[in-house]
Amino acid sequence: MVKIGLDIGSTTIKYVVMNEQNEIIEKNYMRHMSLITNKTIEILSNLEKKYPTCQLSISGSAGMGLAKYCDVNFVQEVYSEKLAADNLLDNPDVIIELGGEDAKIIFLSSGLEVRMNGSCAGGTGAFIDQMALLLHIDGTEVNEYAKRYEKVYSIASRCGVFAKSDIQPLINQGAKKEDLAKSIFYAVANQTIGGLSQGREIKGKVVYLGGPLTFNSELRKCFDDTLSIQGICPENSLYYVAIGSVLLESKTINLSDVIERLKDYQHTSKYQYIDNLFSNKDEYNEFQIRHSKHVVPQISIDDYQGKAYLGIDAGSTTLKIVLIDENNNLLYTDYQPNNGQAIPFVCNFLKDLYIKYPNIQIVSSAVTGYGEELLKAAINVDWGVVETIAHYTSASYFMKDVDFIIDIGGQDIKCFKIKNGYIDNIFLNEACSSGCGSFLQTFANALGYEMADFAKLGLFADKPVDLGSRCTVFMNSLVKQAQKDGASIENISAGLSISVVKNALYKVIRTTPDQLGKNIVVQGGTFYNDAVLRAFEKELGLNVVRPNIAGLMGAYGAALYSKKHVPTKSTLRNLQEIEQMKMEIVDTHCNGCTNHCLLTIHRFENGQRYIQGNRCDKPITNKASNDEFNIFQYKRKLLMSYQNKNDNNYKRGSIGIPLVLNMYDLLPFWHTLFTNLGFKVITTGFSTQDIYIKGQKTIPSDTVCYPAKLVHGHIESLVEKNVDAIFYPSMTYNLDEHLGDNHYNCPVVAYYPEVIQVNVKEIRNIKYINDYIGISEKQFPKKFLKILNKYFPDITLKELKNAIEEGKKEYLNYHHLVDLEVDNIIRKSREQGKQIIVLAGRPYHLDPKVDHEIDKLIVNLGAAVVCEDSIARRSKKNPTTVINQWTYHARLYAAAYYCLNQDDMNLIQLVSFGCGLDAVTTDEVKDILEKKDKIYTQIKIDEITNLGAAKIRLRSLLSAIGERNGER
Amino acid sequence: MAKDKSKNFKNILVPNMAPIHFEIFRNILRHMGYQVVVLTNSSNNLIQEGLRYVHNDTCYPALVVIGQVLDALKNGNYDQETTAVVLTQTGGGCRASNYLKLLRKALNRAGYEKVTVLSMNLASLEKDNHIHVTFKMIHRMVAGLVYGDLLMFLGNQVRPYEKEKGKTDQVIKKWVDKLSDEINHGHALSIRSMKKYTKQISHDLASVETIKKDTIKVGVVGEIFVKYSAVGNNNLEQFLLDEGCEVRVPGIMGFVLYSISARMDAIELYGGSSFKHFIIKFLYNYVLKMENVMIKAIEEEKKFAPMLPFTHTKEIAKKIIGLGAIMGEGWLLTAEMAALCEEGFPNIVCTQPFGCLPNHIVGKGMIRKIKELEPNANIVPIDYDPSATKVNQENRIKLMLSVARNDTK
Repeated sequence: MVKIGLDIGSTTIKYVVMNEQNEIIEKNYMRHMSLITNKTIEILSNLEKKYPTCQLSISGSAGMGLAKYCDVNFVQEVYSEKLAADNLLDNPDVIIELGGEDAKIIFLSSGLEVRMNGSCAGGTGAFIDQMALLLHIDGTEVNEYAKRYEKVYSIASRCGVFAKSDIQPLINQGAKKEDLAKSIFYAVANQTIGGLSQGREIKGKVVYLGGPLTFNSELRKCFDDTLSIQGICPENSLYYVAIGSVLLESKTINLSDVIERLKDYQHTSKYQYIDNLFSNKDEYNEFQIRHSKHVVPQISIDDYQGKAYLGIDAGSTTLKIVLIDENNNLLYTDYQPNNGQAIPFVCNFLKDLYIKYPNIQIVSSAVTGYGEELLKAAINVDWGVVETIAHYTSASYFMKDVDFIIDIGGQDIKCFKIKNGYIDNIFLNEACSSGCGSFLQTFANALGYEMADFAKLGLFADKPVDLGSRCTVFMNSLVKQAQKDGASIENISAGLSISVVKNALYKVIRTTPDQLGKNIVVQGGTFYNDAVLRAFEKELGLNVVRPNIAGLMGAYGAALYSKKHVPTKSTLRNLQEIEQMKMEIVDTHCNGCTNHCLLTIHRFENGQRYIQGNRCDKPITNKASNDEFNIFQYKRKLLMSYQNKNDNNYKRGSIGIPLVLNMYDLLPFWHTLFTNLGFKVITTGFSTQDIYIKGQKTIPSDTVCYPAKLVHGHIESLVEKNVDAIFYPSMTYNLDEHLGDNHYNCPVVAYYPEVIQVNVKEIRNIKYINDYIGISEKQFPKKFLKILNKYFPDITLKELKNAIEEGKKEYLNYHHLVDLEVDNIIRKSREQGKQIIVLAGRPYHLDPKVDHEIDKLIVNLGAAVVCEDSIARRSKKNPTTVINQWTYHARLYAAAYYCLNQDDMNLIQLVSFGCGLDAVTTDEVKDILEKKDKIYTQIKIDEITNLGAAKIRLRSLLSAIGERNGER
Repeated sequence: MAKDKSKNFKNILVPNMAPIHFEIFRNILRHMGYQVVVLTNSSNNLIQEGLRYVHNDTCYPALVVIGQVLDALKNGNYDQETTAVVLTQTGGGCRASNYLKLLRKALNRAGYEKVTVLSMNLASLEKDNHIHVTFKMIHRMVAGLVYGDLLMFLGNQVRPYEKEKGKTDQVIKKWVDKLSDEINHGHALSIRSMKKYTKQISHDLASVETIKKDTIKVGVVGEIFVKYSAVGNNNLEQFLLDEGCEVRVPGIMGFVLYSISARMDAIELYGGSSFKHFIIKFLYNYVLKMENVMIKAIEEEKKFAPMLPFTHTKEIAKKIIGLGAIMGEGWLLTAEMAALCEEGFPNIVCTQPFGCLPNHIVGKGMIRKIKELEPNANIVPIDYDPSATKVNQENRIKLMLSVARNDTK
């Protein structure tokens, strides 16, 4: 009798038929397009003709519920794979398997260990597909492109969302698809190894299994290269799960019985569902009529002569052009994917226009969006407008007293709260794109539909799937589960539209619907989908305005803006200038500083140039960024100066202190203390990519914050420096600065030394001092002496007390110097009328790798940067609604209170992704600032280095502040 | 002493965590004049309510607890003015200390400004709105805790093998009622009567008819809420039971002892009053005595295996992590994993809310060392989160179980 193994994965179904000698008689695979039950029935029906009775086993992540229902033997897929490997291969050491949405590493030799990706789908087949979509190539073509690569870019693979924000700018800068394809593969390899090895080395006989590794030879090479091994991809590498599942005993069954059960299974709908969007056609008709009222008339351009105004919205993925007449009517509109071809596209448009309609004169023009500066340089557009202003301008055209605008585009969500005619608050999605159009599109495409058609399916769905509001990655598995539970495509579509809305409301804006206001304009291409619009209205319990040009609002706003500000003579390139235009793009590394940013320079024949990829103004202005107004730079210099502050007469050997987490605050204290005790103190300096990579493999929790992940590399580099000891104490309590009710550190800061102790093996050969220290306690010297004497018995209490005194002095001195400099910056800013930004976070946000030098960005935008700790020292303890018991949080609250009474001071909060405590602080800081109508701005940061979103945010903030001041 | 105003509320809502314990607590508090209602609502709407009114990045337990309260208020017939919600507060360095404030905020946003939020704590937080914790109350609750732990612990040892389905829970229910009644009449509180009752319980549960059966021994540890609460962990215990496991969930007593000993250790680590140390030590020894009563009662029955004494668990902890790690479940979580291995439960589900800060350290962070000490440890960390799907969680647990089955062969 034959044995059949069925592997039902997240995207495909595979099966094998084996005889009693365990030889494969038949095998095949197919994409199931989420029609899991149907496809399974189809496959089994075909098999049933040949093998009416057999032994059947099911495996795979999507097969669990199904197997249970049909009472068929289920084998967990990783385990199944292990069984197959034991059977088919000669003593393999490690299996690396990538699937549709899973990544797994199985260590077979010397102690079985299995690792599966947790809640993140970065580095899987789905990720590669998602990236291929971005490159406008088919998933299967990525490998061919990668073969022809020349160079590799560094791309974050942690999550498709982050990778997107790395890749999109590269595409826009004209990076080659070949290079990007290879870079994507490297990202996958890094993600899998970094995320799943968790301290265990991958070596020996490594086996590659699963779809992505079977089909992509270049991907295998990336793994080989990163691991310095020569892995093998065995025969039947696609079918290991299916093969393994039949190796276990299972009972004999009639396939026809299983098929009957499956048909039955199809009809049991058990998933969670929510209210439908429309209950009948009439409701929908009423809805359509209501929304057809908000229109800008389109008039025929062929019949028009005279003045016209041009608005361009050069977004990161799309390019929109609007031309209007004297009465704000539309003459011409266009909407195109950007594909990094903004310049030729706009040029062609202008050329056509000039030639075809010589009687139309563009008297003013404005550009907004991501490509604003590039287009300004290329075709001399008259005005550059911040996105927020452009959108507000057009929204207020449709609704004079608009108090909330929400724009959901392909990749981003922008929301503006309007108060008394100026922009009061801005919400942008930073690290998450799940509430956006591309999210819907990705799902539509994955299921084989165009987005618009897909969204329409959901309009009359009877039981929309309840998908909640979360990240795309999580959504994948929710959809998977719903499919498993028999949800129809209509109900999935409706569920996704609703979740887009919920995500925007609860993840990005984070508010109860009633706080948005009553007059709401919705815009952005995503709202063209009636299902999304309806879901939004239902969630809000309110009717909103969707203009007929919802997708063009930025461009229309720019056009309106240009009409309001007509220059004496427009500088926009004319026909002749367009025809003469020559452009040269050069990639080069900046040598201005050690960052060596990869610059893309556009040079034009008229001498204009535009530089991209730079983090500071140096390549543009040829001078270093203006550190005069940047306390971060000043602090960095102070901290760096400790690296050279060593007495050469050290008697007790060397001691390493990693410059991580709370050490960014306490370094002056510890450094001085140990120097005084006669140690040569060695610190690690600021983080670099090298440091990060060095420590990546020993990180046990992939969801811990980035600053904590960096600790591993810092410790490794201290070990490399051959220090005699490493001092990295555990500190439940921090210094008591009397700004809060207690003085805790956060759990990660407090106990990370313990994680290092357990996970970084290298430190076991040196003195690693990670004892618990209560630095604020009365008995600190005595307790500390006891600890130190464990390692250095000859240190005396007198010596130590003296060293502590010196350390304290130095710590206070460091603060004093910072305070003086902040005084300076404030004074000078006030003299020059500069805005002052309190860039508030935690001490470790000083690390340029952690804050991505957002401080410099702010200074370049013309404001001054001061720090929260110094401002907090000017403030006092204030009442808070949350428990105020963490030292660093108390600084945030105190600083926020101080800002309330300073007209020219605004606070921007830096938040590291994954910081659980900041879920508490952000709301509180916001509440404090809003006591006096201050704008609250939060910037979420992670490993990604693309500052595009942060820049728009900062510019919007500064322009909103400017506008407000103008009113006063 | 003035009468505690909280007694005036017609309904004091308490989100459920450990069902056996909370039922006993409710009975005790009701008898003392507090109209406690333990919430049992568990629909999916509960998480939606949480998402709507709580910052989405907040830890999952807060979301579930607050969601459960809001869902109850919306669907139950509670008059705002005479209704209160009570939460316990520990006041440690974990963000969980902020639950109360988050609940207040959420209630206001959802239109329940008039519902009172009460705190129940020993750290004299929230002096204006709290249940007046008296010595009598503590005494009774601690006794309730001992019995609750014992019933839960032994119930888990019998349930997978019971011949008549549901019999174990019948016996437990009988004891919950009986004990509540005894405690309310001032009985079953002294060490002596505890000895008597624990032995009876042990004997009673041992008398439940069982059949021999091969099971996989699985321990559950984790953040205290998702560890115990079925709403929080997608019915983890039931799932494991259905998969043919014997589940062991370390009791709440361990957490109490850990909290007390942490205060002692803090004095040793950082200095502090030796008088305070003396008082805490006295309390510590008293609770240890009760633990001992429980262990002795379990040992009486050949059928049962007791838990390792707390003092031993603490010794295990020292081999892995410093005793200063006291935020959230702190070193206890680490030690419980190692202790479970020693107790013959090397297969462990380490439950944690997604992005739980302390568990980056004491959970996932320590697994490597535990494996070095206990090579057969088979630990799977599971994240809980509003959108972490049951299917993914169960798939990972199944993987752990497959490995376990392989090892037992």
